[in-house]
Amino acid sequence: MSIEATPKGSMGVAMKRKEDPRFLQGKGNYVDDLSFPGMLHMAIVRSPYPHAEIVNIDGSAALKVPGVKAVITGKDLEAAGLGWLPTFHGYDKQMVLAIGKVLFQYQEVAAVFAESRAAAADGAEAVEVEYKPLPVVADPFVAKQDEVLLRPDREAKTNHIYHWEVGDKDKTAQALGAAEKVIKQRIWFPRCHPAPLEPCGCVAQFDTMGRLTFHVTSQAPHVYRTAITIVTGIPEDKIRVISPDIGGGFGNKVPVYPGYVCAIVGALKLGRPVKWIESRTENLTSTGFARDYHMDVEIGARADGTVTALRVSTTADHGAFDAAADPTKYPAGMFGVVTGSYTFPVAHAEVDAYFTNKAPGGIAYRCSFRVTEASYAIERGMDILADELGMDPVELRRKNFVRKDQFPYASALGFTYDSGDYHRTLDVALEKIGYQALLKEQAEKRAKGELMGIGFSTFTEVVGAGPSKHFDILGIKMFDSAEIRIHPTGSGIVRAGTKSQGQGHETTWAQIVAEELGLDPQNIMVEEGDTDTAPYGLGTYASRSTPVAGAAIAMAARRIRERARKVAAHLMEVGEGDVEWKDYKFQVKGVPAKSVTMKEVAFAAYTNPGQNEPGLEATQYYDPPNMTFPHGAYVAVVDVDRETGEVKVRRFLAVDDCGTVINPLIVEGQIHGGLTEGFAIAFMQEIQYDKDGNNLNTNFTDYLVPTSLESPKWETANTVTPSPHHPIGAKGVGESPNVGSPAAFVNAVIDALSPFGVRHIDMPITRDKVWRAIRDSDPAKG
Amino acid sequence: MRVSIKVNGVAHERDVEPRTLLVYFLREHCGLTGTHVGCDTSSCGCCVVVLDGDTAVKSCTMFAAQADGREVSTVEGLAQGGALHPLQQAFWDNHGLQCGFCTPGMLMTSYALLKHKPNPSETEVREELAGNLCRCTGYNNIVKAVRQAAETLQAAPVQK
Amino acid sequence: MIPAAFEYIRAGSADDAFAQLQRLGADARVLAGGQSLIPAMRFRLARPAVLIDINAIKELSNIGIDNGRLTLGAVARDCAIERAPWIGERRWSLLHDASRVVADPVVRQMGTIVGSLCHNDPAGDWTTVALATRAEVVVRGKAGSRTVPIDEFLVDSFTTAVAEGEMATAVRFPVPGDRTAGSYQKVERKVGDFATAAAAVQVTLAEDGTIRDAGIALSAAGPCAVRVSEAEALLKGQKPTAEVIRGAAAAASKKSAPQADLRGSVAYKKNLAGVLVSRGLRQALARLGVQS
Repeated sequence: MSIEATPKGSMGVAMKRKEDPRFLQGKGNYVDDLSFPGMLHMAIVRSPYPHAEIVNIDGSAALKVPGVKAVITGKDLEAAGLGWLPTFHGYDKQMVLAIGKVLFQYQEVAAVFAESRAAAADGAEAVEVEYKPLPVVADPFVAKQDEVLLRPDREAKTNHIYHWEVGDKDKTAQALGAAEKVIKQRIWFPRCHPAPLEPCGCVAQFDTMGRLTFHVTSQAPHVYRTAITIVTGIPEDKIRVISPDIGGGFGNKVPVYPGYVCAIVGALKLGRPVKWIESRTENLTSTGFARDYHMDVEIGARADGTVTALRVSTTADHGAFDAAADPTKYPAGMFGVVTGSYTFPVAHAEVDAYFTNKAPGGIAYRCSFRVTEASYAIERGMDILADELGMDPVELRRKNFVRKDQFPYASALGFTYDSGDYHRTLDVALEKIGYQALLKEQAEKRAKGELMGIGFSTFTEVVGAGPSKHFDILGIKMFDSAEIRIHPTGSGIVRAGTKSQGQGHETTWAQIVAEELGLDPQNIMVEEGDTDTAPYGLGTYASRSTPVAGAAIAMAARRIRERARKVAAHLMEVGEGDVEWKDYKFQVKGVPAKSVTMKEVAFAAYTNPGQNEPGLEATQYYDPPNMTFPHGAYVAVVDVDRETGEVKVRRFLAVDDCGTVINPLIVEGQIHGGLTEGFAIAFMQEIQYDKDGNNLNTNFTDYLVPTSLESPKWETANTVTPSPHHPIGAKGVGESPNVGSPAAFVNAVIDALSPFGVRHIDMPITRDKVWRAIRDSDPAKG
Repeated sequence: MRVSIKVNGVAHERDVEPRTLLVYFLREHCGLTGTHVGCDTSSCGCCVVVLDGDTAVKSCTMFAAQADGREVSTVEGLAQGGALHPLQQAFWDNHGLQCGFCTPGMLMTSYALLKHKPNPSETEVREELAGNLCRCTGYNNIVKAVRQAAETLQAAPVQK
Repeated sequence: MIPAAFEYIRAGSADDAFAQLQRLGADARVLAGGQSLIPAMRFRLARPAVLIDINAIKELSNIGIDNGRLTLGAVARDCAIERAPWIGERRWSLLHDASRVVADPVVRQMGTIVGSLCHNDPAGDWTTVALATRAEVVVRGKAGSRTVPIDEFLVDSFTTAVAEGEMATAVRFPVPGDRTAGSYQKVERKVGDFATAAAAVQVTLAEDGTIRDAGIALSAAGPCAVRVSEAEALLKGQKPTAEVIRGAAAAASKKSAPQADLRGSVAYKKNLAGVLVSRGLRQALARLGVQS
């Protein structure tokens, strides 16, 4: 047997990313980098009105623009049966191009196809559309009154989309009635947008046999393939969806957008490839926004701080179409995790969603379907309760935490939390941040009239959608998949149904396979995003990649190991039962000297398999038995300038517990990024509409993405409580920092302003809002 | 109109419309797609290239015509003879990138920065990179990477 | 987003540029740094038929101190100020401060001071600095070049004394005396944003420690940058006490007449005008060794 390096483990290794060299040399392959012979460019004509009847569309001037080949409108699409596309959770459908009227500003009205980017833009400008403005509903509380019906196309003649509730309404009401202390607060999580730096886009092309190849910025390529079949009727075998490198997604690249359908129609109609790349303005004004939840939070407690009941009633603004990308049975996503890390004996949550004349969406922006809203509501609510009880918010949390010995813990709203150690994670945070010293400093500063705040968030997230009995999108169960082939010389390829958008799957997936098989992760290639080669999967969002596809990969690798064991037994001339997998190789039980490596077995699987089936590959579809529940304890320390309202984040510590860590470098990177987005949401990013329905944040000069100068420097630490049901104990991490941090920032600011009696400020916390809160405060205080 | 621009040392002479932005000249006329477009307002910095050796500019806010007769360096020209530039190496070592879309612009801004300030402090790096957005990394590791590259370059300055 | 089509002319000299402008009139726009013009063209908010590119004109990129004046040509870049060898001198502290917060560091490589003055955004930085320093702009017209004091140059939002067919060729800042310092105080929502409010302050002390001269101007406080002459008058001849500073700040706050927008409410911006003038004065005085 050959001499080679001793195989070693790959789990928990801070391996540098395998995908980086191509990105570092400008050799990434993003959609807009693609070019095909004869390729046309598409531009979209959009509505300047938030709500208007379309009287006429005249494309004749556009067709005279040199290079313009065609103009299509909603009428054309409707005639071809392509007027509408289904939204992912099946409660609504969305216009591809406006039919009869427009329902939000920047809605897609016509598509123009031309020989160049510039000609397409010129053509779009030349399309003449006559509108007749209609009354605008830009507020869900106005929509509720049903005075203006926005969607007469629907059977139910109301702006109300759905009512969803969970928990025991009556018992919760009773418990709140009996509580010694009840707090109530309207908390708005405003509308924001993921704004990945690469906008959305696609290239559609049909080959001579009529097969569609569709390159697209998709976080879920297989779902797109199925959706395209549903919308267009093209058989699924005649469609190949390819997600090339993606420049960030954050949930924005989950839905199927009207532009994609138009590009496919254009390619079919004109017989040439069609590229559509949206502008930043198009991205911010028409693709999936997030949040926009108005939450009435009530918490009941005993005088000693023990919580007794939670009730949250939410009014949700979904915009013109219900294009929220939630699983079918969960119109309000995982909002039921709103009881957070605390042992509420009873709770009730309800969400009522409404149409307004705003862009459609409600997608999960770095979030596992409305978990961010839920987490923010409870973590703000706990701080308000602590304030009203005169308790330290840390003590209130500690008192009500689910204890380590209570796991698996059945929450009042129906989740079974898999594992956690909330007290320990909080203790690590308190020690690392130096809480006692900070409290002392704060007291000294307050005596001098300086404003310093300390804010906590001890959140629990729910990720890894999800078990097939509960979760599906378009009816497809939310499993994920992996296929592994080990080559004769001990290298291999793994394909998964997920799609990295920066999360580092090419590295992490290789590490899982390498760990399970004792191989070198540098020689395990990872391929995702091509529906012709990858097994069917539901894609990457909602922190589901590691909990679902990561599990599938580990289990596929274990299947390979079981097949390899037979070959190893053959090689070592012992019975299969005498072979054990130890120290990353096969050994004869009790005879450590007699062993073979996976590399040797791989070679034998192709050259000398004995009675065994030749080759070494496996496919695994994984249906998770439960969700995973990462948690964390976050602390923000802020200083507030009372004259300008400026908030300076002096320190921010995130202690995360995402279970087993596969690659600490990547996990830390995910946390840094998520914290920065949480910071952005807390202080800067907002999509606002004026009362007339005009979008006010249509590009990066007003949709404020933080730079290196605004962004705080992050401190991180972790605890490890493995998930008991996940094959490698991992829980997922990409979203925790974005879910957990907004409340910590806001709690810190409110703490800083507590001398003025300020109780709550809605995000984003701008300097103006802080200054006005101080100005308008009780003059007896402060 | 006819323009001739030397990109990464190679002359590219093309007929273009005057309205051709430099970034599209690079991407669509030279086939150098490493330089990206992330916005229309000169805000994101995904399109940053280096002009005449030491000036970082946003190539979406400049016409190709303006660069006629000048030298442009893009991310594709950083690595020399198969070896990564110290900045590229440092971004790799420090996990200074995730989705990779902002990375070329970050690298080129950093490249020009180190020409003017060979040994920047952490605050100076944060100040000088504030014309480039990143949605993934939270900047911590980018700042670390630029400072590591500065050290490497000072210890053994590479030509170019 | 792609601009509408236009004709491009690269001017070889200031004379050439001026001749083209005269010939083309309202159809033409001068392209200097282009950092406001090109985005506006991409959105098709600006659609000139002809662009006259003046970037290659050597004589317009000059930066020089001569005859008690600092002259910056029409294509002198923001970053050139930041890097000028004399910028560390106390007398230039206002220009130095401002040069570090205009737009963002990459935009400053192309953006020009004169271009910013000609754009005359109500929330601009250089217009405010030019007021506080009592700069003047050289405008070339049919009758030759004339020098326009900044107060007359800034006419209204996005409107200056540069008429059709004319071009601004330089800005001149008086070289401040030895006992001069300034400060630029800007509140912005993020790097790259225009000011929510900003104050440019420049103070010259007399031998006896009284204020000999003061320049105070505000950004985002009116249709274009605003000189707070009331505060200047209040300071002149006074010892720089806390009370005098309070008075100047109050005058600034009173004078500020901002628009409510996404950057902030009227009340907030008026408050900032006072706070920033006060902070600017205190920093300028501290730079002169006076604690106030």
